[in-house]
Formats: sequence, C-alpha cells, structure tokens
Amino acid sequence: MPVNIIVAIKQVMDPEMPPSAFTISENAKEVVSPGNIPPVINGYDEQAIEAALRIKETVGEATITVVSIGSNFSLDVMKKPLSMGADELILVDTGDIGNDPDSNIAACLLTAAIRKIGSFDLILCGRQASDWDNAQVPVGVASMLKIPVITVGRKVDITGENVRVERVLPNGYELVESNLPAVVTLSSELGEPRYPTLRGIMAATKKQPISWSLNDLSIDEGLPSSNLTINTITTPEKQNECTIVEGENGQEAGKNLALRLREAKLI
Amino acid sequence: MANCQNILVIGELADGSLSSTTKELLTLGRKLADSLQEDLNVVLLGENLSQYTSELLFFGADTIYLAQHSLLANYQDDLYVEAINQLAASTNPRSILLGKTLTGKELGPRLAFKLGTSLLQDCIHLAIDNNKNLVGKRPIYGGNALAEITHIGAPQLATVRPKTIEVSTQEQKGKGGISEYIPELSDSMIQAHTIETVDEPVTGVRLEDARIVVSGGRGLGGPEPFRDLEGLASLLGGATGASRAACDAGWIPSSYQVGLTGKTITPDLYITVGISGASQHMAGCSGAKTIVSINKDSEANIFKDSAFGVVGDWKEVLPGFIDQIKAMTNES
Repeated sequence: MPVNIIVAIKQVMDPEMPPSAFTISENAKEVVSPGNIPPVINGYDEQAIEAALRIKETVGEATITVVSIGSNFSLDVMKKPLSMGADELILVDTGDIGNDPDSNIAACLLTAAIRKIGSFDLILCGRQASDWDNAQVPVGVASMLKIPVITVGRKVDITGENVRVERVLPNGYELVESNLPAVVTLSSELGEPRYPTLRGIMAATKKQPISWSLNDLSIDEGLPSSNLTINTITTPEKQNECTIVEGENGQEAGKNLALRLREAKLI
Repeated sequence: MANCQNILVIGELADGSLSSTTKELLTLGRKLADSLQEDLNVVLLGENLSQYTSELLFFGADTIYLAQHSLLANYQDDLYVEAINQLAASTNPRSILLGKTLTGKELGPRLAFKLGTSLLQDCIHLAIDNNKNLVGKRPIYGGNALAEITHIGAPQLATVRPKTIEVSTQEQKGKGGISEYIPELSDSMIQAHTIETVDEPVTGVRLEDARIVVSGGRGLGGPEPFRDLEGLASLLGGATGASRAACDAGWIPSSYQVGLTGKTITPDLYITVGISGASQHMAGCSGAKTIVSINKDSEANIFKDSAFGVVGDWKEVLPGFIDQIKAMTNES
C-alpha cells in the first residue's frame, strides 16, 4: 500500500535579507515585501519535504503531495519541491485571509485544503514559519482533523501503522510514537534538505502545479472570525555604539580587545 | 456563576521549586489582575504540590489550584491540556497566561484549539486596554519588527517570553485560597507516547546559567575551531554556545544552540566569533549585558548589538585574544 504524505509549505519573505530591506507600511500595520528580493519557501518546510522524500526512499512506495495556502505565489520559488522529488504541488490562493495574525484562520484553510486532497497517512510541516514563528497551524490542523501531532522532529519513520519521531529536546531528544494518520512538524536538526537534481528540475518544468482558490475549499461552518487584531507593527529602535578595536594586524587587534575588556572590567 | 473574573497562570516547577518563568508570570499576572480589579489564580499540575503554596502566596495569588493526579507526574501534552480544560470550564478565566517554555510551547497552541480560542504567542509585554482586553507586544520576523496585538476572543490566551518580565521581590497581597483539584484523566487520552528519552547534555557550565558565554557561528567554517572556543570559555569560567548555522552544519550538537529556536541566555558578557547576528540569533542573546564580537564583515548585523568588536579574520584575532587573556590570568 503506497503511503500518502501531504507536506504543507508556506511562502515567506527571505529571512536572510539585509535588515535595511525590511520596511513597514505607512499605516504601520503590515510588513512590506521588498520588490527586488524574491520570497522563499519557509526554511523548516524544506526539512518537511526532505523528511517526506526520506520516508519515500525507505518505504518504497509513497505519494508526496505538497500544498500551500497563501497569495502572490512565485512559481519559480514554489516549484522547488517538485524538483526535489515531490509528486504533486497544489497552490491554494486564499488572498489576504491566510495572512491574518490569528493562526486559527490559516489552520482552518489548510485543513479544508487537506480534506479536499482526500486521503493521507501523514501530514508533514515545518515546525514554525520564519515570519511570525507562531508554531500553531500544524497543531490546529491536527486538532481539526482529530489526529495526533508530534512536534520538532529531527527524524521521522513509519513503522507499520505508527509513526515514530525523534523529537529535539534542549539537551537531547526523545522517541515519540503515535498512530497514523498524524501530523509531524520538522526542525532543522533533521539535516540539510537535498538540492534538486538536474533531472528533477527538468521534470518539474514540465509539471504544472494545481491551482485552487478559496471558493474551491468547502469550509462547512465558515471561517472563524479573527480573535487577534494588529494595532501597530514597528521596527524596534536600536541605540548602540560599538567600539571597534583595532591593531596592526589581526593578532594585535585580538590582544587589544582583551586589554579593552579587562579595562572595562568585563573579564 | 458565582466565580469571580480571573486571570489564570499556568505554573511550572523546576529543580524542586517554582520555575523562574512562573514567578515572572505571577508578577505580571498580579499587575494585570490589579488593573482589572479581578483575581489572580494559578494552577500547578503534578503530585505532592502543597510544598509550593508558600512561594505562590508570596506573589499574591488569590486562588491556588493544585491539580494532583498520578497521570500528571510528568508533563504529557494531552493529559495536561485536558486537566487545564476542565479547570477552565469550572473557573471561567478571562485570560490564561503561560510561559513560552519547553512545556508552554506545546501546551499553549493545544490549549487554545481545545478551548476554541486563539493564542497570542511570544509576548514580551502585556497590558489591559480600556475594553478589558489583553494587549501584547511581540517580536515578529525574527525580531526585525515588533507587533502590538489586541486579543478580542475568550478566554484570552497568551504565552510570555521567558526572562522579559522582572520578578517582583516585594511580597504581594492576595486572598491566598488553596484548592485541591483532581481532574478526570485516563491514559486512553494519550495520543502520542514517549518511548525513550536520551540525554545529550552540554558539558561544563550550563548555557542558561553562565555569566560569560563564548559562541561560534558559520564564520568558523568547521567543528575544530569550537575546541578553541571551549578552551576560551573554560579560561573565563563560562560556557560555549553556537549559532543555528553551526549546529545545522553538524559542527556542534544542537544543545549548544543559542537563538529563537535554541536557548535563551542572559550572560553578563557574550563573546561571538564568526556570527553574523541574524535576528533569529539575537532573539536568544539580546538579554546579554555586553556583547563583544569578532567578524570579518564590518557590515555584519552583530556589530549593531555589540559594545566592542574587532573586524577581522578570527583565525588571526582569536589567538591574539586568547593569548592576552592567558597572560592576564597568569598575572593575577
């Protein structure tokens, strides 16, 4: 029996972009996407894709369906899972609604998309998104689907009817097991996601993502209303004077630094 | 319903007493409850909890709920959520506060969905507005921005970032009621079972406790330089840390990671070597009193948070730095 894996990914602003490119809208209620810096797939979501591919390699037969809710998708960016080896890509354009600060809304939308996909054994997500770092949507999806959720995994294995996860702890890890179907979130400790191969990239160029819109999702009780209202978004003031310590060469600069710190009674 | 409106703090224990985060939450909770003129309640979950009541009374709790059950002896997601769910159903808190700790990160979202409400995550400041709603300030985009958000749901759930609230040293006055609370639990509620726990601790001084921390990042280029950093940390009586990039590259175990998804440290002195200072990293060390950095890029973000810095190649700078410290140590 092939294993059906759904991987949920999110398109986000590049967290590595220079802080100078980071701007807030005039009404101080949203962050502005810099026009010249392309978005990326949320870092931890790439680990989720990688985890799915590793499971596929282990079990032999698996279908990996990647789904994303959002808007203004950049196809160049979002097709990466296909070139890594995923089988299907579904992009659900939900307009601005999915950007609500209340994770319940995104969880509801993603759950509806998953229900529309149909059968699944395992849902994999990144542990949190680099924009809001809420780490709530996967828990919400599990709650709405009434299935277990195991978070912060660095290794995921399917063993018969169960999923077994190595969960990262601050000073080690724990082995956690649950029945399938389940939601598992992945952390960077899983390791580097694989680079797309040339063959993968070429196969992906021929494959079109499936496009859905909000209307394609059936949300029976309607979307929940948002419980969180953004009053303002600001950039924190940074007042700092850094004393750059110098020297004739690197070694001397290091020596001078130690002397300065001793002088300042820091060491 | 005869219950008084209240703020409920979910308390935690650490090393045989109230965790520091719990004290931070109680300090904050007492202020919020006072501004509402309502009660501050707190719940502890576990076994043999009455030994902690005097500590809780110091912080001005109005009702202390001791949720005692053998199934609560160790933290487990489903059981703790259910226990708090039952307590919330009978005590009807207007707001529930948790620390964004290892446990809080799991409990917060699960509790929110169980209670049919929303979670305001990672607050560094909380207040009550004129409509009696919780207003939180929280970092977003790794700390590049700060969002101020009002919670208009019920109950109003929020997690608070540890080490952002100063613990009250003055005893607070509360009604001091103590209530034994036995939730109805069964192990059939457990959806995910922990089979084994493996310790891979940091050797030496604990990162979270260290007064001096020396961290290395991507700029170190590999695992070997971390031995130099460990030597330096040892010389200074401190701990070694690392950026996420270094941990993800496998140069050092992730238990050494300092950052938003790693450890939060508040040393007196934080020395960084080859760390760019991405906001995700700064989120873990912004509480450091003084940051000192060595990085070859003069534009590196880390210098915006550092008091002292050297722009240069650590391969040259670090040995000079360490040698001078050794020399000064030998003098004294």
